[in-house]
Amino acid sequence: MSTKQFTKGNEAIAEAAIRAGCMAYYGYPITPQNELTEYMAKHMQRLGRVFIQTESEITAINAVFGSSVAGFRTMTSSAGTAMALKQECISHMSYMELPGVIVDVMRGGPGLGNILSTQGGYNQSKGGGNGDYNVIVLAPNSVQEAADLTALAFDLAEKYRNPTIVLADGTLAQMIELIEFGPEIDPASLPESEEALTGCHGREPRKVAPKNSAMDLEAHNIRLQRKFHKMADSEQRWESLHTDDAEVVVVVFGTPSRMACEMVYEAREQGIKLGLFRPITIWPFPANALLEAVKSAKAIVVLEHNTGMLTRDVRFFTQGKLPVYYHGRMGGCFIDIDEVFSKIKCILNGNDSEWGALNEQQGLWKTF
Amino acid sequence: MSSKVYGRPSSLNDKVFTYCPGCGHGIVHRLLAETLDEMEITGDTIGVAYVGCGAMLYDLFNIDFAFPLHGRAPAVATGIKRVRPEKIVFTYQGDGDLAAIGTTEIVHAASRGENLTTFFVNNGTYGMTGGQMAPTTLIGQKSSTCVDGRDADYHGRPIRMSEMLAQLDGVCYVERVTIDTPKHINDAKNAIKKAFVNQQEKKGFSMVEIISPCPIGWGYNPVDAYAHIKEEVLPFYSLGVFKDR
Repeated sequence: MSTKQFTKGNEAIAEAAIRAGCMAYYGYPITPQNELTEYMAKHMQRLGRVFIQTESEITAINAVFGSSVAGFRTMTSSAGTAMALKQECISHMSYMELPGVIVDVMRGGPGLGNILSTQGGYNQSKGGGNGDYNVIVLAPNSVQEAADLTALAFDLAEKYRNPTIVLADGTLAQMIELIEFGPEIDPASLPESEEALTGCHGREPRKVAPKNSAMDLEAHNIRLQRKFHKMADSEQRWESLHTDDAEVVVVVFGTPSRMACEMVYEAREQGIKLGLFRPITIWPFPANALLEAVKSAKAIVVLEHNTGMLTRDVRFFTQGKLPVYYHGRMGGCFIDIDEVFSKIKCILNGNDSEWGALNEQQGLWKTF
Repeated sequence: MSSKVYGRPSSLNDKVFTYCPGCGHGIVHRLLAETLDEMEITGDTIGVAYVGCGAMLYDLFNIDFAFPLHGRAPAVATGIKRVRPEKIVFTYQGDGDLAAIGTTEIVHAASRGENLTTFFVNNGTYGMTGGQMAPTTLIGQKSSTCVDGRDADYHGRPIRMSEMLAQLDGVCYVERVTIDTPKHINDAKNAIKKAFVNQQEKKGFSMVEIISPCPIGWGYNPVDAYAHIKEEVLPFYSLGVFKDR
């Protein structure tokens, strides 16, 4: 018998966190991630774990700091503009080398924006706080993957003692799909960290504290940078579809990739050599895998629900080796994949001026 | 046979205090360390520091310490205490930290009745950054950001945190003490102890506000700074127990 169950994205992330041994969750209401907080409210107390609806996003992430410094798996979630409030502490956690999972369910921006699904959190997710730090950003495109990557986020946060971001969007959070959860981990069965603050009875006191001298902070930064380099080398994740012989490769992350997949399948049925490359880690960006995926292509088409944040990364890593076209929608509008498909055919026919027409048609201009 | 009757509390390490002459943080640290020793809770206590002069206590105590962002100590302490309820968790905060940038965090930790202890050292100024106006700066008191003295109409009025927090149902104990005389220092120590005992007895949120001198920030020599507490500060920040249940 299948153990699969219909689950909403927000609830899948919450259940996956519980199964990953999350001992404490702190959250503040904001659409479109509310079902995640509500699921935690319903289950954490019954499991003898911690749930607090805090007075702000700031207190939520700082309470995550507290439960993390005490040695437990812990999580918060938020969306859109409120993710900005968390950045100070995400940066501080990276500084203090504290693990923790932060779920960002992207909504409209800038600022308060609106409650609809966009991908405008791309840039902020990689590090919206001050100073030199990086965080692993995992961007799922299905409810199943959202659950899987949430579990992985706890492991990676602990492995590198650094916060890890799960970057979903309103669409994924509200979508219901048939999924299977991973095994349940009892928080009590997890080994106690040697860095955890537990009271210094029988050992030297532990200090999770700043480096106040120039030399100490520089040395600490160098150590952190070495760690980030190791993360960048080891933790790149991506998905490639029909890229081996692709003449045009569509690069897309998160939920719009679901539409793009359909487009690739249809193109292949029509004998059109279309491929797809999907970064699963936004940081570290799978740069070498992207270069490999586009090696036989004559053009890249980036699709995203923002004004070209991923496009900038793609252009940076491909270094002008081939043209990079961008098309996106904002504010909660969705890309019209049929229109995109017809314009990709124009690129293949050597008439890319049609691409500009697409931008004009959907009220967009070509970014930079 | 002679025996040692007075020495450095074992909850303090050997590091030299680096506070300015006449600063109150050294006295408060000492009282805190003596209390941890006497209650024999040094090894079971987790401290949460803050951003401000007294924050250096993280480096001076033989206990586990976390260093949070400015104003966020009550949120961090909540996160620690909820997953380690058997440990004694306290925050040590200044008036800029607790009464300005961290007002939200302290009000809601107190309101939820988190089983925590907060030591609120109120010296009416931002000492670490060079003596700017604090929310607690008295009317008429000069600072680098109210150079002619705090004007109620222009700069706004000072805030009494103890009186305010005592209104909250989640709070079990709030007392304001000071350290300007030996008697007051003894009273302060008793309050510190009581605030820890409350936590051991799971009574909820306790706070001890300690009026403390900042001679450099106030522009006085140490002796005059201590006199200033009695003459100017205590008439506005009156000593006493505002809640005890």
